Amino acid sequence: MTAALLFDAGLCLLVLVVAFSAVAGRGLFGAIAFFIIYGMLIALAWLRLEGVDVALAEAAIGAGLTGMLLIGAWSMLKQLGVSGLPGGPSVPLRIAAGAVSGLVALALAATVLALPDGREGLSPAVAESLGRSGVDNPVTAVLLNFRAYDTLLESVVLLIALIAVWSLTPRAVWGGVPGLAQHARSDGVLSMFGRLLPPLGLVVAIYLVWAGSSQPGGAFQAGTVLAAVWLLVVMAGLYDEPPASSRNLRLALVAGPGVFLAVGAVGAAFGVFMGIPEGFAKPLILSIEFALTVSIAVTLALLVAGRPRRPA
Amino acid sequence: MTAPLPGAFPALELLIVLPLAASLLAILLGGRLAPRIVLLLGPAMLVVTAVLAFQIQTQGPVRVEIGGWEAPLGIALIGDGLAGVFLVLTAIVMTAVGVFAQKPFGSEGAETTESYTFWPLYFAMWAALNAVFCGGDLFNLYVALELLTLTAVAMVAYGSTRAALRYLLFALAGSLAYLMGIVLLYSATGTLDIELLARQDTIEATRMVSGALMTAGLLAKTALFPLHGWLPPAHGSAPAPASALLSSLVIKASFVIIVRIWFDVMPDVAGTVFVQLLSILGAGAVLYGSLLALRQTRLKMIIAYSTVAQLGYLFFIFPLAGGAAAETPWAAGAWSGGMFHALAHGLAKAAMFLAAGLVIEALGHDRIDDIKGIARALPLTMFAFGLAAVSLMGLPPSGGFLAKYLMLTAALADGQIGLALVMLAGGLLAAAYLFRPVNRALAGDYVPEVAVVTYWRQLIPLGLALLSVALGIISEPPYDLLQVGRSKVAVEGIDD
Amino acid sequence: MSGAGLDSATLFALTGAILIGIGVYGFIVHAHLLRRILAFNVIGSGIFLMFGALGFRGAGNGTDPVPQALIITGIVVALSLTALAVALLVKLAEEEGGATLPEEQPGRGEAE
Repeated sequence: MTAALLFDAGLCLLVLVVAFSAVAGRGLFGAIAFFIIYGMLIALAWLRLEGVDVALAEAAIGAGLTGMLLIGAWSMLKQLGVSGLPGGPSVPLRIAAGAVSGLVALALAATVLALPDGREGLSPAVAESLGRSGVDNPVTAVLLNFRAYDTLLESVVLLIALIAVWSLTPRAVWGGVPGLAQHARSDGVLSMFGRLLPPLGLVVAIYLVWAGSSQPGGAFQAGTVLAAVWLLVVMAGLYDEPPASSRNLRLALVAGPGVFLAVGAVGAAFGVFMGIPEGFAKPLILSIEFALTVSIAVTLALLVAGRPRRPA
Repeated sequence: MTAPLPGAFPALELLIVLPLAASLLAILLGGRLAPRIVLLLGPAMLVVTAVLAFQIQTQGPVRVEIGGWEAPLGIALIGDGLAGVFLVLTAIVMTAVGVFAQKPFGSEGAETTESYTFWPLYFAMWAALNAVFCGGDLFNLYVALELLTLTAVAMVAYGSTRAALRYLLFALAGSLAYLMGIVLLYSATGTLDIELLARQDTIEATRMVSGALMTAGLLAKTALFPLHGWLPPAHGSAPAPASALLSSLVIKASFVIIVRIWFDVMPDVAGTVFVQLLSILGAGAVLYGSLLALRQTRLKMIIAYSTVAQLGYLFFIFPLAGGAAAETPWAAGAWSGGMFHALAHGLAKAAMFLAAGLVIEALGHDRIDDIKGIARALPLTMFAFGLAAVSLMGLPPSGGFLAKYLMLTAALADGQIGLALVMLAGGLLAAAYLFRPVNRALAGDYVPEVAVVTYWRQLIPLGLALLSVALGIISEPPYDLLQVGRSKVAVEGIDD
Repeated sequence: MSGAGLDSATLFALTGAILIGIGVYGFIVHAHLLRRILAFNVIGSGIFLMFGALGFRGAGNGTDPVPQALIITGIVVALSLTALAVALLVKLAEEEGGATLPEEQPGRGEAE
């Protein structure tokens, strides 16, 4: 057994233990804390699988933003007095659930082992067409060119999720400001971070999009960084969320999917829906990605903030 | 397979682009102008789907390689007869509901939560439905289905948070099962393209596991008995225009993917046990849904349980396709009958929910016991309800009749007496549960006092109900369209 | 340390299978909806890990980029659905003072 294999085996074991603690632990807050650690470990597993793009996405979105959503929900539920249930699940239920989930895991494991080795998947096909895609990072090539239609729909999914969350707003506060008011001392540590981070975050985000064409990175990762910075700024009480009725906000929300869709539609008019002409591929893809980054950042930040709760 | 000529009218592409653009525009314009977009988009979509139907009928199936990348690297859109009829149905029902919803979801004064959020959801639902009906890539179908789920759950939440959450949990579980199936299939074959997968030969066991997972997930989203628990509260408590979309179109989306999986991708691994299981669940849905519909006290709940029941018929195509049924005068009679049932039900159910919505607007409630005489106050609305009921019961000359006739003939020819009896019983039960509200609506001899309901809005459910009946009379064009690019398994049968 | 080998990839794929099992367990035993939402996310990431590991095992030379792209899309979709589920749950708690969905009697599922 090599050192690498030993490390991976240890990592897998740790992932499983932490996942079980997140799922079966007693307290709700503890479970969420374990879930965030679990997300980080999964990101590490992705690094081991040489999927740096996915590792970034898992850490930023899977662990970070999902964790923030869960913590936000926990604190609201706690205020309402429903963050826990009296008593845990009964023993017979646990045994039955254990049996069912054990069978599921076993069946899937058997299916995995039955798959033959040496299937190449689409790696060769991607490598062959990479030169015509306009970018050097194969994952970006798949996301923004070969399967751009998936990514277009995905950006709409994210946007529509925000509209769906907004649809839960009581009539009285429609058009109002999301989330609860934040109060922070202007000399606090959080406030200092809040001042320092935005320029830094912006630089990192622009780099992530730029680098995404040749190295790991891209619009979704960059958008998450910007969203995280914004959330911190709001938490520090330096700025407040914009009201849902803001015209500029609405423009920022649709900019990314809008540019993406426009490129696709122009392609359709010239005979190839979502077609990206080889000569302009790189600037076109970068433009789509920068527009997407803005929209994704705003959408993610507002998704975590929740529906409007205060009048504008 | 004929690709469209360069410069050919990009009908299939427009069916995705236009509603997506409308959704973004609605977010940008806000609740005062967004409702009006329908008045432009609706006619445009009707024209584009008509052009697409013409293209399919005259040139054969259309296949669009998105971005110019061929599968398995790229994603393809499929424009065959099956996609064509559902795209036309979507354009008709969506347009009708969009015009109907001008009132409940419009805004005369300031923008409201409903007038702002409904329209982006509605247009995105339209785009998602179209993307599912013509999607040729299993993962892309996953993304489109999730978009559909988001819009559908949010629309239910206007009526009931509890029902929306229950729906979302079922849908999430379904999505994960479907996703797991895709992962196994890709790992075994290296492609997600439906046409390429149909030609792949991989280990049967892997395909069986992945097919079972995908189907289980999609059945939860389609709400086939016994996974129907979420449907009645969701469809019963959503606002009427939303209920119409959910019952008429949304549940058909996951059904069409099931049809594509078993008739196109892997007909050879289905096996008799699987096919029999689906037909037993379908029979269970018809009987259980109908019996519960009889027990309901609210009009919209009757219509919702009727959806649970009517869904059951769709799954009879699995045991009935092929076999001795192939010797009936209609090629692929059972399969086509099933699809006709989906179309007729889609039109009739949308009509019924919109009619129920008008009853609620007029009376402020939909309790069956207290709708006495409503037929005299809203004669057009109740006439529409009655016409839709005719199609749902399967009485001639409606579309519902033709659908059930085709399936019944196939069942009798194949000696499947049990299924034939279930179909007949389902028709009788439908008559029973629909008779109650119609009878109450006609009872008494006075005109009840109701809130004003404009005349033109009553014409919308009437138009849909008339179309549902007309489907049985002018049946040839849709029938012929449906046959273009039809899977040969639809004729030969799955389990042979 | 060198990159993961084929054995490691199989190990990660099997870990994915067990993660899915753990998530299913959590979904069954917990009535509290926030815990169910968390369990869903564990199942999702288990599926993704399995997908990537199988792609690695197949490609043998780094992970197949197509599954990687699909997984990134899947992660964003999962976040979108989680956000709506969480928002609905908070609203349910505000309306009804509960965070569970007790089984309703069939036929009496009147939501109003």
